[in-house]
Amino acid sequence: MFEELTNRFESIFKKIRGQGKISEENIAEAMRDVKRALLEADVNYKVVKKFTADVSAKALGADILSSITPGQQFVKVVYDELAALMGGNARAIRFHTNRLNIVVLAGLQGSGKTTTCAKLALHFRKQGHRPLLIACDTHRVAAIDQLDTLGKSLEIPVFSDRAKSPLEICREGLAFAQREGFSLAVIDTAGRLHIDADMMAELKALCAAAKPDETFFVADAMAGQDAVNVAKEFHKEIKLSGVILTKMDGDSRGGAALSILDVIGVPLQFIGVGEKPDGLELFYPERMASRILGMGDIVSLVEKAQENFDLEESKKLEKKFRKSTFSLQDFLEQLRQIKKMGPLSDLLAMIPGVGSQLSGADVDEKALSRIEAMICSMTAEERDRPGIIDGNRRRRISLGSGTTVQDINKLLKQFDSMKSMMKRMNKIGSRRGQNAALKSMFPY
Amino acid sequence: MNILDRLKDGLKKTRTQIASALSGASGSFDDRFYDALEDALILADIGLETSTDLIARLKSEIAGRGITTPAAAYAALKTLLAGDLAVTKLPDEFPPKPWVILVVGVNGVGKTTTIGKLAGEFGAAGKKVMLGAADTFRAGAVEQLKIWAQRTKADFVFQQDGADPASVAFDAMEASKARGIDVLILDTAGRLQNKTNLMNELSKIVRVIKRNLPQAPNEVLLVVDATTGQNALNQARVFNEIIGVTGFVITKLDGTSKGGIAVALSKNFGIPVRKIGVGEGVDDLQNFDPVSYVDALLGDLPDRV
Repeated sequence: MFEELTNRFESIFKKIRGQGKISEENIAEAMRDVKRALLEADVNYKVVKKFTADVSAKALGADILSSITPGQQFVKVVYDELAALMGGNARAIRFHTNRLNIVVLAGLQGSGKTTTCAKLALHFRKQGHRPLLIACDTHRVAAIDQLDTLGKSLEIPVFSDRAKSPLEICREGLAFAQREGFSLAVIDTAGRLHIDADMMAELKALCAAAKPDETFFVADAMAGQDAVNVAKEFHKEIKLSGVILTKMDGDSRGGAALSILDVIGVPLQFIGVGEKPDGLELFYPERMASRILGMGDIVSLVEKAQENFDLEESKKLEKKFRKSTFSLQDFLEQLRQIKKMGPLSDLLAMIPGVGSQLSGADVDEKALSRIEAMICSMTAEERDRPGIIDGNRRRRISLGSGTTVQDINKLLKQFDSMKSMMKRMNKIGSRRGQNAALKSMFPY
Repeated sequence: MNILDRLKDGLKKTRTQIASALSGASGSFDDRFYDALEDALILADIGLETSTDLIARLKSEIAGRGITTPAAAYAALKTLLAGDLAVTKLPDEFPPKPWVILVVGVNGVGKTTTIGKLAGEFGAAGKKVMLGAADTFRAGAVEQLKIWAQRTKADFVFQQDGADPASVAFDAMEASKARGIDVLILDTAGRLQNKTNLMNELSKIVRVIKRNLPQAPNEVLLVVDATTGQNALNQARVFNEIIGVTGFVITKLDGTSKGGIAVALSKNFGIPVRKIGVGEGVDDLQNFDPVSYVDALLGDLPDRV
């Protein structure tokens, strides 16, 4: 997500960093580029105008011109403004623990409400909730089937009634949820246009009946200039409490995300990435700002690692690192842990400076599996002492793993250089070395 | 309300914005006038690049033809826009049987609904229509298409959820030949254009179709949501590179969209807009006519100039 915008910002910053002294004209020129980049990213026109005016004013007022590192200062101003534009600090969703919590999702057709309902339910189930999905989309053909299927696959109950109106389904569904002791009800509604008065009245009545704790507006990340107007209309009718931006795994430039908060003052809460039910992430304005500006997102990377890495395992590995007794078997285990963290391209994009270098280049997700296969085709002894792997053994391993001898050679060489890197790292013992080692573990 | 009125209604905001930018010029066309016009065009989702280009051409029109009144400038802009939108039309007659239409696009643009409407249209014209459910991924997609097939009395070919879409395409090709079908419309799963493996899946579907019938697919329709911003250009570029798009279908033009993306698409790719969707009913899919579209987009210059 945001790759193209990131690229644009990086080149703008590069230009301005390259200058030892920055003049007002430099800033004006950079701001013209920023404006262009944002417009091409579908950021709302009015928001762009305000943003560029704010940044220019701050940049000129913040003694950037006399600073020793004017380029850096400029980047900082842009970063601060961008993070502020997207909502500053994230707002945490707090649900009641002693009663049923109610969430309503609304939005235009095709924005991804039904899928997001399932994702939300799953997200909150992971936090200990007992969710119920209520299917109030009686308009779109097969919408109820879709929610039913999703619910079944996630083992989350779905309340539906094909013979009733959305309002009746909603009432009965909530009564059912109360009765059965669910802690969270997620209500799916039909997609509707904000200018469709009848449909908006229906939604309004539904919200009045449901009295939701959270009302989320589901918006498509690819939406154009009108996205903010649509959000505004929905907000007027049903008082939104948050926005969920879907399809963020596309190559859209997500400009709508940057605009909605600024125009209607409702925070972006979640972003949808991918069609799988677990593809829902909390939205952090500051992290997103640094991702957009090509500064990576180390915080999220570390969190992801903590979520997926086994602490015990990691400690053991670290010990082996230090003693340089790191074997191919350990390497294999580490690979498997990395694989658990999700698609490589996502991970790499979080490392500062890597994101833009990789854009366009396809990260070969299968490379990890191939390495796994190669190591799995080795005997325990070979994994411990790779030195004994001669030509004959290489041929056998390549046959066993469906790779070529060249692949095996490459792997062994990489492993070798990794080990020598570790030795050096132990000597230096600095954070810098660890970073380099971390990078060297991704064999690309 | 007929379809053109509905389209006009949908594009009202865009029209007012552009018109007010133009009527602001009282006899002279200065930079302020062009800036205002550019603002209006960008707000209509026409995109920065296409807008800049349009304005440059408008400038030279105004200078070259000695245009002095806003009304004449407005007419000149309309001609330019219609020129950008007019790309060769496809034949309405379908000699080979079956005429295979592959419908593709990103998620949630309205592919399945568009297919339902297309089936209704062909059915009303007396064609034998078959729908193939090659969206085996999204939950409920097969169901959704099946209901459309029942509504439009079209034949229906499907497999269970999760089946290989190319295999569904193959089945549908075989069945349509065997049953003497006139038009076969294949639904595909929504896919974001940057997902390499899903795009590969799409080219596999096309390969399978071609092996079965070399001249097929006769049409590859890329469905684009009119509320989409400049990302629509990326979508068109990638889908066109991988499977060769023959036409665009612009959906959800009623009410919320800006409609400018149609201009950006045809201008950049030279691929015609085949159909526009302006509602959820089965009759709400219309042939695209550049002149009436530009009329809806710009209308007449308001009197208050």
